[in-house]
Amino acid sequence: MRRRDFLEGVTAGALTFFFTTPVGSAPIVPTRPGAYAEDLNAYLKISADGRVGCFVGKVELGQGAMTVLAMLVAEELELDPAQVDMLMGDTDLCPWDMPTGGSLTMWHTAPVLRGAAAEARAVLLRMASKALGAPVADLALKDGAIWVKAAPARRTTFGELVKGRKMERHLGKIKPKPLSDCTLIGRRVPRKDALAKTTGAAKYAGDLRLPGTLHACILRPPAHGLNLVAADTAAAERMPGVRIVRDGTLLAVLHPQPDTARKALALVKGTFEGTEPDVDDGRIYQYLVDKAAPGQRVMISRGDLAAGEKRAATVVEGEYRNAYESHATLEPHTSVAKWEEGRMTVWASTQSPFVFREAVAEALKLGQDKVHIIAQFVGGGFGGKLVGPGAIEAARIARRVPGVPIQVAWNREEDLFLDGYRPAAVVKIRSGLDAGRGAITFWDSTVAGVSQGEAELPYDMQTNRYQAPAVPNLHPLKVGAWRAPNAHTNAFARESQLDALAAKAGLDPVTLRRRLITDARLLRLLDLAVETFDWEPAPGPTGRGIGLACGAWRQGLVVAIAQVAVDKTTGKVRTERFLEAVDVGLVVNPDGARQQVEGAITMCIGQALSEEIRFKGGRILDKNFDTYLLPRFSAIPRIQVVFADNATSVTQGIGEPPVVPVAAALANAVFDATGARVTHVPFTPERVLEALKRVPAK
Amino acid sequence: MDATVSFVLNGKPVTVKSPHDRMLVWVLRDELGLTGTKVGCEAGLCGACTVLVDFEAVPSCSTTLGDVAGKAVLTIEGLALDGKLDPVQKAFQDHHAFQCGYCTSGMIMAAWAFLKKKPKATRTEIVEAMEGNLCRCGAHVRILDAVESAGKAMGGVR
Ligand code: FES
Ligand code: FES
Repeated sequence: MRRRDFLEGVTAGALTFFFTTPVGSAPIVPTRPGAYAEDLNAYLKISADGRVGCFVGKVELGQGAMTVLAMLVAEELELDPAQVDMLMGDTDLCPWDMPTGGSLTMWHTAPVLRGAAAEARAVLLRMASKALGAPVADLALKDGAIWVKAAPARRTTFGELVKGRKMERHLGKIKPKPLSDCTLIGRRVPRKDALAKTTGAAKYAGDLRLPGTLHACILRPPAHGLNLVAADTAAAERMPGVRIVRDGTLLAVLHPQPDTARKALALVKGTFEGTEPDVDDGRIYQYLVDKAAPGQRVMISRGDLAAGEKRAATVVEGEYRNAYESHATLEPHTSVAKWEEGRMTVWASTQSPFVFREAVAEALKLGQDKVHIIAQFVGGGFGGKLVGPGAIEAARIARRVPGVPIQVAWNREEDLFLDGYRPAAVVKIRSGLDAGRGAITFWDSTVAGVSQGEAELPYDMQTNRYQAPAVPNLHPLKVGAWRAPNAHTNAFARESQLDALAAKAGLDPVTLRRRLITDARLLRLLDLAVETFDWEPAPGPTGRGIGLACGAWRQGLVVAIAQVAVDKTTGKVRTERFLEAVDVGLVVNPDGARQQVEGAITMCIGQALSEEIRFKGGRILDKNFDTYLLPRFSAIPRIQVVFADNATSVTQGIGEPPVVPVAAALANAVFDATGARVTHVPFTPERVLEALKRVPAK
Repeated sequence: MDATVSFVLNGKPVTVKSPHDRMLVWVLRDELGLTGTKVGCEAGLCGACTVLVDFEAVPSCSTTLGDVAGKAVLTIEGLALDGKLDPVQKAFQDHHAFQCGYCTSGMIMAAWAFLKKKPKATRTEIVEAMEGNLCRCGAHVRILDAVESAGKAMGGVR
């Protein structure tokens, strides 16, 4: 449903449970930044026609939050999810929420929303009990109607009950339905955004077309580290309709047409000064190691490493690297801002409306109540739209042209230049296996570039040490959260290293992990993965090209098995089959969860094999998808996803866990295929060829 | 210099005053308000802007207004007839062949053009036909499933 219909739908005679405030005059229930609202009225409204409106500060990025959250509300109120209208990510209308990221929607927002819906159900039943003159226990509800079980003609509807009433809540905390009574949870439900997205009706930030909009194109330095000192705008200004706006070092060319604004920008000659970082994509790894060295801290330490090393029969030393990688959402960062009557409204492509509100308020020295962020459909996030430099740019420009909507839509080159990348990193591990090949006697890991986050898995390691740097501004380029930050870097190193130990000791990779795993849930998941893949593991390299890796993101566990074919003359790796067994607790929306896993596998095939930001000093050499290589259809393997039957545990998020072991499983598969260990992500054909050269001749 | 260019858009004649070399995607989105066609790279590399010109799938970011003079342009908005979804749209819906949806219009248009020529395509042929369209969310397997099943449902497009 489009936002306007929604607002009209609920404003016309709309009533909340307890207030007659029209939805338009926000906020309906004052909510406090930093805390989840406790009043269910903040989340749910019932309109006169009985439809249920659900207001949440989360955003639909494609991950299916809109559908799964509607499912939870529908479950408690015995509705079809289609009867629940979602309004998401509007900081005036929705209660405060955390950013949409970190796989936290199901952790944080879902229980709050379920609780609110459960309470609403209880309130409605009590109102119906009064209206129908029957005890609550004798009532049934379904699809917005409530009736007396023994006399179905005695019935009422949500709409009738709520109409004209102003009520106080007298109920305490109500528990959601027990799982055994749930009829929607665990079922495939049609995505609520399906119609809008398959007909072109879905509105993203760039699709707004507010009357009078001016498109702003911003003058960028050719390299990071350089700032604008002077600009010659004369030629641009000769173009009809062009306006120039300056705000500090920000210079924007404005025009009613987006393409003309871009052309006019090309006529602006800027002079830039400053110092570029003295490093490039080849030297970055030594740069990080050197810069991190003085600040390395022991983050985790158990036992006596030297003693552990003495007990080791097989020792492996490995160094694992990964390049900078971009989020490269297909929709570049886009925002529209308008300054009117002392308030800034920003329609944004954002993962975190409330963080954007804070950031825009701070940048413009405004109170947070003077900033209104309205999230639109978002064309991909993956952590890249947790921060909003583009929204701030739009707001700064809009402040200078009151009443005029200003659209800032980065083009691909800007998006690749200004992104906060997945950090490049180097992990060095020295570790050993005992003579019985059943225990890691020591494990010594030092990382530069990221933290030691998720470096450990429930493996039995007698002594271990993890070091990570505490150096501010370690990176010469801007870095950010990239879907499961830290975890994929550390899992790649750990799982590659284990594989190398297993191979050197002549053990197959599954048996080694079975012996090491200390957690029953992970062990079951490993068995599930191996069985589903139907694989007889043998000590590598077997030539079959099958590799395995385990990974975790918070409580979520994943076991991945990849099968690859390696062309030894070109170095090209082809993924033929990829399986993930996933344990994220109770899966509310199995099809939605499966989509997240499929997407993560696909995305990380790009991460592992082709995606890398090349740079020289502050210049980003990748400017578009001709050199920044996302996986295309021909790169997609047969994908299998299995979920652990684990319906008793708490629901975990699904966005991040399946990302974690992908690159490691692929690297281990390359080893199994060829005997060559690839240690540098992405393992491009050149790097695979180099690794092949290092394989000792038999 | 503005030119006056006429073409058929989603079955109806339109006349646009805009420079000859203006890219079609801007004419569609900016001039005519059809924002279902998306912009992802402006260089013919991602397929988000795919529309049909005389039933051929083209990147509208790299096709000029002059190129479509006198031709028939079909965008995602023109696919459903009388409010009834086209079989390709229906298949994308049924398979949940999208996540963020930003690539979806282009995917559907590319698939449509291909299936019109070859409704009974093999999986490998579908992969080849869709190779120019990027999806960052990784909806690929579902997109392939959707295209395959749409082909079966159509056996030949209208
Ligand atoms: S925007 Fe036209 S191909 Fe990418
Ligand atoms: S669904 Fe997001 S880019 Fe394809």
